[in-house]
Amino acid sequence: MSHHHVLIIGSGPAGLTAAIYTARANLAPLVIEGEPSSTSDQPGGQLMLTTEVENFPGFPDGIMGPELMMKFREQASRFGATYVTTKVTKIETSQRPFVVHTHDEVYTADAVIVATGAQSLMLGLEAESRLLGHGLSTCATCDGFFFRGQDIAVVGGGDSALEEALFLTKFASTVTLVVRRDVLRASKIMQDRAMANPKMKFLWNHQVVDLKGQDKLEGAVVQSTLTGEQSNLDITGIFIAIGHVPSTGLFSGILDMEDSGYLITRPGSTYTNIDGVFACGDVQDHTYRQAITAAGSGCMAAIDAERWLEAHH
Amino acid sequence: MAAGIVNLTDATFDETIQASDKPIIVDFWADWCGPCKMIAPILSEIAVEHADSITVAKLNVDENPEMGMRFGVQSIPTLLVFQNGTLAKRMVGAKGKGQMLQELSEFLGTSH
Repeated sequence: MSHHHVLIIGSGPAGLTAAIYTARANLAPLVIEGEPSSTSDQPGGQLMLTTEVENFPGFPDGIMGPELMMKFREQASRFGATYVTTKVTKIETSQRPFVVHTHDEVYTADAVIVATGAQSLMLGLEAESRLLGHGLSTCATCDGFFFRGQDIAVVGGGDSALEEALFLTKFASTVTLVVRRDVLRASKIMQDRAMANPKMKFLWNHQVVDLKGQDKLEGAVVQSTLTGEQSNLDITGIFIAIGHVPSTGLFSGILDMEDSGYLITRPGSTYTNIDGVFACGDVQDHTYRQAITAAGSGCMAAIDAERWLEAHH
Repeated sequence: MAAGIVNLTDATFDETIQASDKPIIVDFWADWCGPCKMIAPILSEIAVEHADSITVAKLNVDENPEMGMRFGVQSIPTLLVFQNGTLAKRMVGAKGKGQMLQELSEFLGTSH
Protein backbone atom coordinates (compact mmCIF):
# COMPACT_ATOMS: atom_id res chain seq x y z
CA MET A 1 0.00 0.00 0.00
CA SER A 2 1.41 3.40 -0.95
CA HIS A 3 0.20 6.83 0.11
CA HIS A 4 -0.23 9.86 -2.16
CA HIS A 5 -1.28 13.46 -1.62
CA VAL A 6 -3.32 13.43 -4.78
CA LEU A 7 -4.66 10.43 -6.64
CA ILE A 8 -6.22 11.01 -10.06
CA ILE A 9 -8.56 8.45 -11.58
CA GLY A 10 -8.59 8.76 -15.37
CA SER A 11 -6.14 10.02 -17.97
CA GLY A 12 -7.99 11.95 -20.64
CA PRO A 13 -7.54 15.71 -21.06
CA ALA A 14 -9.16 16.39 -17.66
CA GLY A 15 -7.15 13.88 -15.63
CA LEU A 16 -3.84 14.71 -17.27
CA THR A 17 -4.33 18.47 -16.95
CA ALA A 18 -5.09 17.92 -13.27
CA ALA A 19 -1.86 15.87 -13.18
CA ILE A 20 0.19 18.65 -14.81
CA TYR A 21 -1.08 21.25 -12.34
CA THR A 22 -0.81 19.15 -9.19
CA ALA A 23 2.62 17.89 -10.29
CA ARG A 24 3.83 21.46 -10.75
CA ALA A 25 2.47 22.19 -7.27
CA ASN A 26 4.85 19.49 -5.98
CA LEU A 27 2.00 17.18 -5.00
CA ALA A 28 3.47 14.21 -6.93
CA PRO A 29 0.11 12.93 -8.19
CA LEU A 30 -0.48 9.27 -8.92
CA VAL A 31 -2.59 8.78 -12.04
CA ILE A 32 -4.51 5.53 -12.33
CA GLU A 33 -4.84 5.78 -16.07
CA GLY A 34 -7.09 2.85 -16.95
CA GLU A 35 -6.55 -0.20 -19.11
CA PRO A 36 -6.08 -0.48 -22.86
CA SER A 37 -9.28 -1.23 -24.77
CA SER A 38 -10.66 -0.53 -28.20
CA THR A 39 -13.39 1.66 -26.77
CA SER A 40 -13.02 5.22 -25.53
CA ASP A 41 -12.70 3.82 -21.98
CA GLN A 42 -8.91 3.58 -22.06
CA PRO A 43 -5.74 5.49 -21.14
CA GLY A 44 -5.83 8.82 -22.95
CA GLY A 45 -9.61 8.74 -23.18
CA GLN A 46 -11.85 9.49 -26.11
CA LEU A 47 -9.19 11.30 -28.15
CA MET A 48 -7.30 8.02 -28.50
CA LEU A 49 -9.94 6.97 -31.03
CA THR A 50 -9.92 10.17 -33.07
CA THR A 51 -7.79 11.28 -35.98
CA GLU A 52 -7.05 14.91 -36.45
CA VAL A 53 -8.06 17.34 -33.71
CA GLU A 54 -8.59 20.71 -35.39
CA ASN A 55 -10.01 22.77 -32.55
CA PHE A 56 -7.47 22.36 -29.76
CA PRO A 57 -5.85 25.80 -29.33
CA GLY A 58 -2.12 25.96 -29.97
CA PHE A 59 -2.10 23.55 -32.91
CA PRO A 60 -2.89 25.67 -35.99
CA ASP A 61 -2.27 22.73 -38.33
CA GLY A 62 -4.23 20.27 -36.18
CA ILE A 63 -2.78 17.34 -34.26
CA MET A 64 -3.62 13.64 -34.11
CA GLY A 65 -5.71 12.77 -31.05
CA PRO A 66 -3.40 10.00 -29.73
CA GLU A 67 -0.37 12.21 -30.25
CA LEU A 68 -1.97 15.06 -28.31
CA MET A 69 -2.68 12.74 -25.40
CA MET A 70 0.90 11.41 -25.42
CA LYS A 71 2.06 15.02 -25.11
CA PHE A 72 -0.29 15.66 -22.18
CA ARG A 73 1.08 12.55 -20.51
CA GLU A 74 4.73 13.48 -21.07
CA GLN A 75 4.12 16.97 -19.80
CA ALA A 76 2.71 15.70 -16.50
CA SER A 77 5.55 13.15 -16.22
CA ARG A 78 8.10 15.90 -16.56
CA PHE A 79 6.89 17.45 -13.31
CA GLY A 80 6.69 14.24 -11.33
CA ALA A 81 3.34 12.63 -12.07
CA THR A 82 3.46 8.83 -12.04
CA TYR A 83 1.13 6.37 -13.74
CA VAL A 84 -0.41 3.00 -13.06
CA THR A 85 -1.95 1.30 -16.10
CA THR A 86 -4.89 -0.41 -14.51
CA LYS A 87 -8.46 0.20 -13.46
CA VAL A 88 -9.83 1.27 -10.13
CA THR A 89 -12.12 -1.41 -8.77
CA LYS A 90 -13.32 0.25 -5.56
CA ILE A 91 -13.05 3.52 -3.68
CA GLU A 92 -13.63 3.97 0.06
CA THR A 93 -14.52 7.47 1.20
CA SER A 94 -15.77 6.78 4.71
CA GLN A 95 -12.26 7.03 6.14
CA ARG A 96 -9.25 9.38 5.84
CA PRO A 97 -7.07 9.06 3.97
CA PHE A 98 -9.28 7.79 1.15
CA VAL A 99 -8.64 4.20 0.05
CA VAL A 100 -8.52 3.32 -3.64
CA HIS A 101 -8.35 -0.30 -4.82
CA THR A 102 -7.16 -1.58 -8.19
CA HIS A 103 -7.01 -5.19 -9.41
CA ASP A 104 -3.84 -5.91 -7.47
CA GLU A 105 -2.95 -2.89 -5.31
CA VAL A 106 -4.39 -0.65 -2.64
CA TYR A 107 -3.54 3.04 -2.48
CA THR A 108 -4.34 5.75 0.04
CA ALA A 109 -4.73 9.41 -0.84
CA ASP A 110 -5.46 12.71 0.91
CA ALA A 111 -7.39 14.02 -2.08
CA VAL A 112 -8.95 12.21 -5.05
CA ILE A 113 -9.66 13.74 -8.45
CA VAL A 114 -12.22 11.83 -10.48
CA ALA A 115 -11.74 12.16 -14.25
CA THR A 116 -13.11 8.88 -15.53
CA GLY A 117 -14.84 10.50 -18.49
CA ALA A 118 -17.47 8.91 -20.62
CA GLN A 119 -17.56 5.92 -22.90
CA SER A 120 -19.28 5.18 -26.17
CA LEU A 121 -22.81 3.88 -26.12
CA MET A 122 -23.50 0.75 -28.11
CA LEU A 123 -26.80 -0.07 -29.78
CA GLY A 124 -27.64 -2.76 -27.25
CA LEU A 125 -28.25 -5.45 -29.88
CA GLU A 126 -27.46 -9.09 -29.26
CA ALA A 127 -25.54 -9.31 -32.55
CA GLU A 128 -23.10 -6.60 -31.45
CA SER A 129 -20.76 -8.77 -29.42
CA ARG A 130 -20.70 -11.41 -32.16
CA LEU A 131 -19.83 -8.96 -34.92
CA LEU A 132 -17.52 -6.61 -33.06
CA GLY A 133 -14.30 -6.68 -35.05
CA HIS A 134 -16.05 -8.49 -37.88
CA GLY A 135 -17.67 -5.56 -39.61
CA LEU A 136 -18.92 -3.73 -36.52
CA SER A 137 -16.49 -1.22 -35.12
CA THR A 138 -16.24 1.37 -32.39
CA CYS A 139 -13.05 2.89 -33.82
CA ALA A 140 -13.17 4.40 -37.30
CA THR A 141 -9.53 5.43 -37.17
CA CYS A 142 -8.47 1.89 -36.30
CA ASP A 143 -10.66 0.00 -38.70
CA GLY A 144 -11.63 2.33 -41.58
CA PHE A 145 -8.70 1.04 -43.59
CA PHE A 146 -10.29 -2.42 -43.86
CA PHE A 147 -13.42 -1.12 -45.61
CA ARG A 148 -11.75 0.14 -48.74
CA GLY A 149 -14.20 0.16 -51.64
CA GLN A 150 -17.11 -1.09 -49.53
CA ASP A 151 -20.55 0.30 -48.67
CA ILE A 152 -20.73 1.04 -44.98
CA ALA A 153 -22.83 2.93 -42.44
CA VAL A 154 -22.30 5.20 -39.48
CA VAL A 155 -25.02 5.43 -36.83
CA GLY A 156 -25.47 8.80 -35.14
CA GLY A 157 -25.97 12.48 -35.88
CA GLY A 158 -23.52 14.33 -33.67
CA ASP A 159 -20.06 15.74 -34.30
CA SER A 160 -18.31 12.47 -33.57
CA ALA A 161 -20.60 10.58 -35.96
CA LEU A 162 -19.87 13.05 -38.74
CA GLU A 163 -16.17 13.09 -38.00
CA GLU A 164 -16.08 9.30 -38.27
CA ALA A 165 -18.23 9.29 -41.39
CA LEU A 166 -16.07 11.86 -43.17
CA PHE A 167 -12.92 10.01 -42.19
CA LEU A 168 -14.41 6.78 -43.54
CA THR A 169 -15.18 8.35 -46.94
CA LYS A 170 -11.42 8.20 -47.55
CA PHE A 171 -11.71 4.43 -47.78
CA ALA A 172 -15.31 3.38 -48.41
CA SER A 173 -17.32 3.68 -51.64
CA THR A 174 -20.29 5.10 -49.78
CA VAL A 175 -20.96 5.99 -46.18
CA THR A 176 -24.61 6.05 -45.13
CA LEU A 177 -25.35 8.06 -42.03
CA VAL A 178 -28.27 6.53 -40.15
CA VAL A 179 -29.98 9.31 -38.20
CA ARG A 180 -32.91 8.84 -35.85
CA ARG A 181 -34.40 12.25 -36.55
CA ASP A 182 -34.49 14.50 -39.62
CA VAL A 183 -31.86 16.89 -38.33
CA LEU A 184 -28.25 16.56 -37.22
CA ARG A 185 -26.98 17.57 -33.80
CA ALA A 186 -23.50 18.17 -35.24
CA SER A 187 -21.87 21.58 -35.63
CA LYS A 188 -22.56 23.62 -38.75
CA ILE A 189 -19.05 23.19 -40.16
CA MET A 190 -19.24 19.41 -39.88
CA GLN A 191 -22.73 19.34 -41.40
CA ASP A 192 -21.55 21.46 -44.34
CA ARG A 193 -18.60 19.16 -44.96
CA ALA A 194 -20.78 16.05 -44.77
CA MET A 195 -23.44 17.45 -47.11
CA ALA A 196 -20.77 18.46 -49.62
CA ASN A 197 -19.10 15.05 -49.67
CA PRO A 198 -20.26 13.00 -52.70
CA LYS A 199 -19.67 9.69 -50.90
CA MET A 200 -22.01 10.57 -48.04
CA LYS A 201 -25.61 9.35 -48.02
CA PHE A 202 -28.20 10.14 -45.36
CA LEU A 203 -30.90 7.84 -44.06
CA TRP A 204 -33.12 10.15 -42.01
CA ASN A 205 -35.66 9.07 -39.40
CA HIS A 206 -34.28 5.55 -39.12
CA GLN A 207 -32.66 3.43 -36.48
CA VAL A 208 -30.75 0.16 -36.64
CA VAL A 209 -32.72 -2.67 -35.05
CA ASP A 210 -30.67 -5.72 -36.07
CA LEU A 211 -27.40 -6.75 -37.68
CA LYS A 212 -27.14 -9.63 -40.11
CA GLY A 213 -24.36 -12.17 -40.53
CA GLN A 214 -22.73 -14.81 -38.35
CA ASP A 215 -18.96 -14.50 -38.87
CA LYS A 216 -19.03 -11.18 -40.61
CA LEU A 217 -21.48 -8.36 -41.11
CA GLU A 218 -23.76 -8.89 -44.10
CA GLY A 219 -26.20 -6.05 -43.62
CA ALA A 220 -28.35 -4.16 -41.17
CA VAL A 221 -32.07 -4.05 -40.54
CA VAL A 222 -33.28 -0.49 -40.17
CA GLN A 223 -36.64 0.74 -38.97
CA SER A 224 -38.38 3.99 -39.72
CA THR A 225 -38.90 6.04 -36.57
CA LEU A 226 -41.99 7.56 -38.24
CA THR A 227 -43.85 4.53 -39.62
CA GLY A 228 -42.15 1.58 -37.89
CA GLU A 229 -41.56 -0.01 -41.27
CA GLN A 230 -38.43 -2.17 -41.53
CA SER A 231 -36.04 -2.47 -44.44
CA ASN A 232 -32.58 -3.84 -45.18
CA LEU A 233 -29.48 -1.77 -45.50
CA ASP A 234 -26.91 -3.44 -47.71
CA ILE A 235 -23.62 -2.79 -45.96
CA THR A 236 -20.50 -4.70 -44.94
CA GLY A 237 -19.32 -2.35 -42.22
CA ILE A 238 -21.02 -0.37 -39.48
CA PHE A 239 -19.61 2.18 -37.05
CA ILE A 240 -21.48 3.25 -33.94
CA ALA A 241 -21.33 6.88 -32.77
CA ILE A 242 -24.60 7.46 -30.94
CA GLY A 243 -23.26 9.20 -27.89
CA HIS A 244 -21.67 8.55 -24.55
CA VAL A 245 -22.47 7.52 -21.00
CA PRO A 246 -20.41 8.79 -18.07
CA SER A 247 -18.18 6.16 -16.47
CA THR A 248 -19.47 6.52 -12.92
CA GLY A 249 -20.50 3.00 -11.88
CA LEU A 250 -17.63 3.00 -9.39
CA PHE A 251 -19.08 5.95 -7.49
CA SER A 252 -22.64 4.77 -7.26
CA GLY A 253 -23.95 5.32 -3.73
CA ILE A 254 -20.83 7.39 -2.90
CA LEU A 255 -20.88 10.52 -5.04
CA ASP A 256 -24.01 12.47 -5.89
CA MET A 257 -24.99 11.99 -9.49
CA GLU A 258 -27.82 12.85 -11.83
CA ASP A 259 -30.23 10.17 -13.01
CA SER A 260 -28.18 10.02 -16.20
CA GLY A 261 -25.08 9.10 -14.19
CA TYR A 262 -23.20 12.38 -14.53
CA LEU A 263 -21.50 13.44 -11.30
CA ILE A 264 -22.81 16.58 -9.65
CA THR A 265 -20.28 19.26 -8.77
CA ARG A 266 -20.87 22.44 -6.81
CA PRO A 267 -21.54 25.17 -9.43
CA GLY A 268 -18.42 27.05 -10.48
CA SER A 269 -16.13 24.48 -8.87
CA THR A 270 -15.11 20.83 -9.02
CA TYR A 271 -16.18 20.00 -5.44
CA THR A 272 -18.35 16.90 -5.12
CA ASN A 273 -20.54 16.09 -2.12
CA ILE A 274 -17.53 14.50 -0.42
CA ASP A 275 -14.92 16.86 0.96
CA GLY A 276 -11.58 16.08 -0.68
CA VAL A 277 -13.05 14.36 -3.75
CA PHE A 278 -13.13 16.50 -6.88
CA ALA A 279 -14.59 15.73 -10.30
CA CYS A 280 -13.62 17.14 -13.69
CA GLY A 281 -14.07 16.55 -17.40
CA ASP A 282 -16.84 14.67 -19.18
CA VAL A 283 -17.74 12.67 -16.08
CA GLN A 284 -19.46 15.81 -14.78
CA ASP A 285 -20.18 17.66 -18.03
CA HIS A 286 -22.96 16.75 -20.42
CA THR A 287 -23.09 20.18 -21.97
CA TYR A 288 -19.73 21.05 -23.53
CA ARG A 289 -17.77 17.76 -23.67
CA GLN A 290 -14.74 19.14 -25.49
CA ALA A 291 -11.09 18.31 -24.93
CA ILE A 292 -10.43 21.93 -24.06
CA THR A 293 -13.30 22.22 -21.57
CA ALA A 294 -12.25 18.92 -20.00
CA ALA A 295 -8.70 20.24 -19.70
CA GLY A 296 -10.02 23.49 -18.24
CA SER A 297 -12.01 21.70 -15.57
CA GLY A 298 -9.01 19.45 -14.86
CA CYS A 299 -7.05 22.59 -14.08
CA MET A 300 -9.88 23.75 -11.79
CA ALA A 301 -9.85 20.41 -9.97
CA ALA A 302 -6.08 20.64 -9.43
CA ILE A 303 -6.37 24.13 -7.97
CA ASP A 304 -9.39 23.17 -5.86
CA ALA A 305 -7.52 20.12 -4.55
CA GLU A 306 -4.34 22.06 -3.87
CA ARG A 307 -6.16 24.75 -1.87
CA TRP A 308 -8.24 22.19 -0.04
CA LEU A 309 -5.09 20.26 0.94
CA GLU A 310 -3.41 23.45 2.15
CA ALA A 311 -6.38 24.23 4.36
CA HIS A 312 -6.85 20.70 5.71
CA HIS A 313 -3.43 19.04 5.91
CA MET B 1 11.54 -2.20 -32.85
CA ALA B 2 11.50 -3.34 -29.25
CA ALA B 3 13.88 -6.09 -28.19
CA GLY B 4 12.53 -9.60 -28.57
CA ILE B 5 9.82 -8.70 -31.07
CA VAL B 6 9.97 -10.09 -34.59
CA ASN B 7 8.94 -7.73 -37.35
CA LEU B 8 7.00 -9.65 -40.01
CA THR B 9 6.15 -8.68 -43.57
CA ASP B 10 3.88 -10.28 -46.17
CA ALA B 11 7.05 -11.82 -47.64
CA THR B 12 8.42 -13.34 -44.43
CA PHE B 13 5.13 -14.27 -42.76
CA ASP B 14 4.65 -17.89 -43.87
CA GLU B 15 8.27 -18.86 -43.47
CA THR B 16 8.48 -17.43 -39.94
CA ILE B 17 5.21 -19.01 -38.81
CA GLN B 18 6.17 -22.44 -40.18
CA ALA B 19 9.68 -22.33 -38.77
CA SER B 20 8.68 -21.29 -35.26
CA ASP B 21 9.12 -24.05 -32.69
CA LYS B 22 7.13 -22.03 -30.14
CA PRO B 23 3.63 -20.56 -30.40
CA ILE B 24 3.90 -17.22 -32.14
CA ILE B 25 1.60 -14.29 -31.47
CA VAL B 26 1.22 -11.82 -34.34
CA ASP B 27 0.05 -8.27 -33.59
CA PHE B 28 -1.68 -6.74 -36.63
CA TRP B 29 -1.19 -3.01 -36.13
CA ALA B 30 -0.75 0.37 -37.80
CA ASP B 31 0.71 3.69 -36.88
CA TRP B 32 -2.65 5.50 -36.97
CA CYS B 33 -4.33 3.19 -34.45
CA GLY B 34 -4.40 4.59 -30.89
CA PRO B 35 -5.34 1.32 -29.14
CA CYS B 36 -2.48 -0.42 -31.01
CA LYS B 37 -0.05 2.03 -29.46
CA MET B 38 -1.49 1.38 -26.02
CA ILE B 39 -0.86 -2.36 -26.16
CA ALA B 40 2.61 -2.12 -27.73
CA PRO B 41 4.43 -1.79 -24.37
CA ILE B 42 2.39 -4.70 -22.94
CA LEU B 43 3.42 -6.93 -25.84
CA SER B 44 7.05 -5.91 -25.36
CA GLU B 45 6.82 -6.96 -21.72
CA ILE B 46 5.21 -10.27 -22.61
CA ALA B 47 7.91 -10.90 -25.23
CA VAL B 48 10.59 -10.54 -22.56
CA GLU B 49 8.83 -12.17 -19.62
CA HIS B 50 7.56 -15.17 -21.57
CA ALA B 51 10.41 -15.53 -24.06
CA ASP B 52 10.72 -19.23 -23.12
CA SER B 53 7.22 -20.17 -24.14
CA ILE B 54 6.06 -17.73 -26.84
CA THR B 55 7.39 -15.55 -29.65
CA VAL B 56 5.87 -12.10 -30.18
CA ALA B 57 5.73 -10.70 -33.70
CA LYS B 58 4.22 -7.62 -35.32
CA LEU B 59 2.83 -7.01 -38.78
CA ASN B 60 2.14 -3.50 -40.04
CA VAL B 61 -1.11 -3.76 -42.01
CA ASP B 62 -0.42 -0.52 -43.86
CA GLU B 63 2.75 -1.84 -45.44
CA ASN B 64 1.60 -5.48 -45.58
CA PRO B 65 -2.06 -5.67 -46.63
CA GLU B 66 -2.04 -9.30 -47.84
CA MET B 67 -1.90 -11.16 -44.53
CA GLY B 68 -4.69 -9.07 -42.99
CA MET B 69 -6.88 -9.99 -45.95
CA ARG B 70 -5.94 -13.65 -45.80
CA PHE B 71 -6.93 -13.89 -42.13
CA GLY B 72 -10.01 -11.65 -42.39
CA VAL B 73 -8.63 -8.96 -40.13
CA GLN B 74 -11.19 -6.14 -40.07
CA SER B 75 -10.23 -4.44 -36.86
CA ILE B 76 -6.93 -3.62 -35.24
CA PRO B 77 -5.30 -4.41 -33.01
CA THR B 78 -5.99 -8.06 -33.82
CA LEU B 79 -3.72 -10.66 -32.25
CA LEU B 80 -3.46 -14.04 -33.94
CA VAL B 81 -1.69 -16.92 -32.23
CA PHE B 82 -0.18 -19.63 -34.43
CA GLN B 83 0.83 -23.00 -33.05
CA ASN B 84 2.61 -25.63 -35.15
CA GLY B 85 2.06 -23.43 -38.17
CA THR B 86 -1.70 -23.13 -37.84
CA LEU B 87 -3.99 -20.46 -36.46
CA ALA B 88 -4.86 -21.39 -32.87
CA LYS B 89 -6.43 -18.24 -31.43
CA ARG B 90 -7.79 -14.87 -32.45
CA MET B 91 -8.06 -11.88 -30.10
CA VAL B 92 -9.67 -8.66 -31.35
CA GLY B 93 -9.24 -5.31 -29.64
CA ALA B 94 -6.89 -3.83 -27.11
CA LYS B 95 -6.98 -5.11 -23.54
CA GLY B 96 -5.01 -4.87 -20.33
CA LYS B 97 -2.03 -7.05 -19.56
CA GLY B 98 -3.85 -9.16 -16.99
CA GLN B 99 -6.63 -10.09 -19.39
CA MET B 100 -4.20 -10.62 -22.24
CA LEU B 101 -2.09 -13.04 -20.20
CA GLN B 102 -5.21 -14.87 -19.13
CA GLU B 103 -6.34 -15.32 -22.73
CA LEU B 104 -2.85 -16.45 -23.69
CA SER B 105 -2.47 -18.78 -20.71
CA GLU B 106 -2.83 -21.97 -22.75
CA PHE B 107 0.29 -20.98 -24.69
CA LEU B 108 2.37 -19.84 -21.73
CA GLY B 109 3.18 -23.23 -20.20
CA THR B 110 2.34 -23.97 -16.60
CA SER B 111 3.00 -20.53 -15.15
CA HIS B 112 -0.34 -20.21 -13.35
